[in-house]
Amino acid sequence: MTSFRIEGGTLIDRSDVRRFTFNGEALSGIGGDTVASALLANGKQLVGRSFKYHRPRGILTAGAAEPNALLTIGRDGRRDPNTRATMAELYDGLEARSQNCWPNVSFDIGAANGLLGPLLGAGFYYKTFMWPAAFWEKVYEPLIRKAAGLGRASYDPDPGYYEKCWAHCDLLVIGAGPTGLAAALTAGRAGARVIIADEGAQPGGGFLAEGSPVGGKPADTVLADIIGELHALPNVEIRKRTTVFAAYDDQVFGAVERVQKHLPENEINPHRAMERLWRIVARQVVLATGAEERPIVFGGNDRPGVMMAGAMRTYLNAYGVAPGKRVALFANNSQAYQTAVDLEARGIEVAAIIDPRTCPNINYAGKARLIAGAMVRDTAGRRAIKSITVRHDDGSDEVIAVDALGVSGGYSPIVHLACHRGGKPVWSDAHIGFMPPEKTDGMTPCGAVAGKAGIAACFAAGGVAAVKALAELGVMGEAASLPGVEQTAETVDHIQPVWRVASSKGKAFVDFQNDVAASDITLAMREGYDHVELAKRYTTNGMATDQGKTSNVNAIGILAENKRVSPGEIGTTTFRPFYTPVCFGALVGASKGMDFQPVRKSPLHGWAERHGAKFVETGLWYRSSWFPKDGETFWRDSVDREVNTVRTKVGICDVSTLGKIEVFGTDAAEFLNRVYCNAFLKLPVGKARYGIMLREDGFVYDDGTTSCLGENHYFMTTTTALAAGVLTHLEFCAQVLWPELDVRLASATDQWAQMAVAGPRSREVLSKIIDDDISNEAFPFLAAREVSMFGGRLKGRLFRISFSGELAYEIAVPAGYGESVADAVMIAGEEFGIAPYGTEALGVMRIEKGHVTHAEINGTVTPADLGMGRMVSAKKDDFIGRVMNLREGLVDPSRPSLVGIKPKSPSDKFATGSHILNPGDDVSLANDQGYVTSMCHSPTLGHPVGLALVKNGPKRHGEEVVIWNGLAGTTVTGILCDPAFVDPENEKLHA
Amino acid sequence: MSSLVKCPHCGLRPREEFTIRGEVAAPRPSAGADEATWFDHVYLRDNPRGEHREYWHHAGGCRRWLVLSRNTLTHETSDVVDASTLKTEGAR
Repeated sequence: MTSFRIEGGTLIDRSDVRRFTFNGEALSGIGGDTVASALLANGKQLVGRSFKYHRPRGILTAGAAEPNALLTIGRDGRRDPNTRATMAELYDGLEARSQNCWPNVSFDIGAANGLLGPLLGAGFYYKTFMWPAAFWEKVYEPLIRKAAGLGRASYDPDPGYYEKCWAHCDLLVIGAGPTGLAAALTAGRAGARVIIADEGAQPGGGFLAEGSPVGGKPADTVLADIIGELHALPNVEIRKRTTVFAAYDDQVFGAVERVQKHLPENEINPHRAMERLWRIVARQVVLATGAEERPIVFGGNDRPGVMMAGAMRTYLNAYGVAPGKRVALFANNSQAYQTAVDLEARGIEVAAIIDPRTCPNINYAGKARLIAGAMVRDTAGRRAIKSITVRHDDGSDEVIAVDALGVSGGYSPIVHLACHRGGKPVWSDAHIGFMPPEKTDGMTPCGAVAGKAGIAACFAAGGVAAVKALAELGVMGEAASLPGVEQTAETVDHIQPVWRVASSKGKAFVDFQNDVAASDITLAMREGYDHVELAKRYTTNGMATDQGKTSNVNAIGILAENKRVSPGEIGTTTFRPFYTPVCFGALVGASKGMDFQPVRKSPLHGWAERHGAKFVETGLWYRSSWFPKDGETFWRDSVDREVNTVRTKVGICDVSTLGKIEVFGTDAAEFLNRVYCNAFLKLPVGKARYGIMLREDGFVYDDGTTSCLGENHYFMTTTTALAAGVLTHLEFCAQVLWPELDVRLASATDQWAQMAVAGPRSREVLSKIIDDDISNEAFPFLAAREVSMFGGRLKGRLFRISFSGELAYEIAVPAGYGESVADAVMIAGEEFGIAPYGTEALGVMRIEKGHVTHAEINGTVTPADLGMGRMVSAKKDDFIGRVMNLREGLVDPSRPSLVGIKPKSPSDKFATGSHILNPGDDVSLANDQGYVTSMCHSPTLGHPVGLALVKNGPKRHGEEVVIWNGLAGTTVTGILCDPAFVDPENEKLHA
Repeated sequence: MSSLVKCPHCGLRPREEFTIRGEVAAPRPSAGADEATWFDHVYLRDNPRGEHREYWHHAGGCRRWLVLSRNTLTHETSDVVDASTLKTEGAR
């Protein structure tokens, strides 16, 4: 193995040797290396296989645009697929693997696809997998899925921690090359709050790849001085390894900072984020994202060893890596000649410079043979380039032996962030590239992204842009300048566009990552897909993870050339976030596992836990669902016992999760009267009332009790599920519909611990802890008021309301007292055989009593459907839902309405969701009579009971029906009945 | 759509603090209005390309209902007011 490491390298520290493996082979690199530079230093040019044809591919770029060198890096939960080797920093112990090849990268069976090339052209998915239709599911789809995608995600959870945060600044500088650094320096010196973000491991951009002195000093020394000054400014924040990936409305920018992804596992601080997702609010932005060098489309341009000319320069100057021993360049512009200069300065032979221009106006005095008016039409070499074939202007061919080829087809400004908000880039014939949109409010594109070239010109532009941005903020600034650098008049480089080499032999690739060749684009045009958006989708050009950074403009150029129009007329596809791929980990942030959503615990959670509660998640809440006792092995053992205890003795249940809303104001009564469909205007102080809220479309929204606790003070309860929704609805009514009413609303759900004490002995239990007289006379059904407890030591709110149908109370105390009061109730109830009961027993008892919940209030029912039609006030002028509730379809007497249902044979079971049919009818929608909404085993009656919505239900009590369970394929004979299975006369309630 | 909303009570706040109810539709009709008027109020919504007024609720902030005027094409937000001002202005 030959080493390609040579002297120099501004980014590397040779004393820091780092070991890593590539496809299992042990290799070594140097601190500061990327995986790509380390692989190149080890002579590894072949790093992966292409997506469609499995062709050998090498490293093309030295940055974010890399289409080929996608590796899977890391192991177990820390494994990241599709990582660009050109961006991944080398750490000690790193494991990297090639993707899309089997059994290995050098010998890949899928390469046989290359022979099928003619079948896999543009639109092949649409053409090849058309028929027979039955083949889709069994043959084509599995085949496509197996071939699709590149790396594979890990099945292990990522042990790393991720976070999200906001940042605010006066000036955000995107890109820390010469342009961005000048802007940051200018604004920093003027005292503005500056954030400068760069995707690289180190700030510097073009400085890092510069081989020539800047103002008489080495480029890295100049850079170090600038960074030093920026670090010393307290108002400037330098964010390296930070990619600004999106420009959103209102000057909000998305960025991801790779905080610890470059560290070996033993150096990772578990309390620090692996990656950090930033949202940056910037008053002004300087866009200094630079320009992307374009490949040229010619035969065999994807062979390992073919590399961007600028990337060669970066590997040479920043990493001390030679791209080869004998290099050729193929370039249509003068900037690329600098690569030849730098290569020769390091003693690397430049065999030839092939320039398509007939008389290149260049200032090159090196040793390389200059071949003007020529093109590279082919390359050769099995796994890496061995030679190139040059087509001279006289039509003759010449083969030149090389082991690396640098290519430069011009420069595409990186305009993405200037276009995310909808702006379209503008074609420039002078620059042969798409420039940022003319109107970019709050953002100043400058430097290479605005068509400048070279450190001096870019630095100057950055300073000027910052002065302009500062002026928008009312701050005076003076453009920073580079010491010793004289501004020279701008020289115009006559780039000659070469979209593709017409004489290409073999496949000439446009999009390397998706294997789109020039012939595919021509084919797409022939078949009518010549619009840029259609051509993109038909050929998949620009649709890979690199989003066509190196291919889109060439594809547009080829389209334009074929149609004989300007690329500006073809236009670009739409730029959308993200600029480069962002890990799911960063987007998820801390919201995973138990932190996925908040956990709400009732103030009585600890009490319930002490009594052995089994909890159930309902929304964010953890509610106690039953309390198993020793010997109870099945949930229904506990639930049946709890129900029997409440029905015969007394039980206590946590109902703190119900929504609680305090309603105040001189118009509070009027307000309630308008939001409930039943009357509330005359609810006296000290009384509770059951209320039904409609939606404006006339259907039931929610139900609950509201108590009048004092003049102009009401206390509303809602169902647990709609606590937030009801408050939002009431706020809309109060603020938007009737702002003239004096009413104030406050959520009190979390402020009160509330427990139901239910059962024939409940009054005796509560009398022991409540000071007030709570006899039936003094505190009748629906009484509600503040009471004194424990000899005046605590005040609570007592409500005589019942969901179970038993004599029952709900007692509310300030949340902090909840557990103590629940304990006191348990002690007071011991002599009566009290037991805690959960939501399961609560549910059983409400079904036995025929009380509805959201199982019945399912958005399609009216009060009349629930047997409460008489509650809807006919006297009130107005309330929410009044008019629409009277619509024809909603008053139809045959609508499915609430009814009880039980099996004819007590031993038969049926399921919720089953449909009701008349005996003898076929199963059909036309014969459907309704469906079971709730069902449980009734320990009180000893058989299953249920509630159902059935056509004409209330008139059909006693009727025999068929309960059809379509999922289980079973039928049971049932009998419709009164929904109140227990105490239909409400004697227990009023006891 | 806006990333930041200028709540008239809380100042510039991130969009995530708000919930959106939809278009400011025809005002709530009087109780005696005919059914067609009520149908329009309950169900009829525009989906314009251009200027659009919507109810936004500052659910994670002051809990006031706001009326936000924005351009669905340019994403420009031209005005944010407390929704209670709609009715008082309309009554004038």
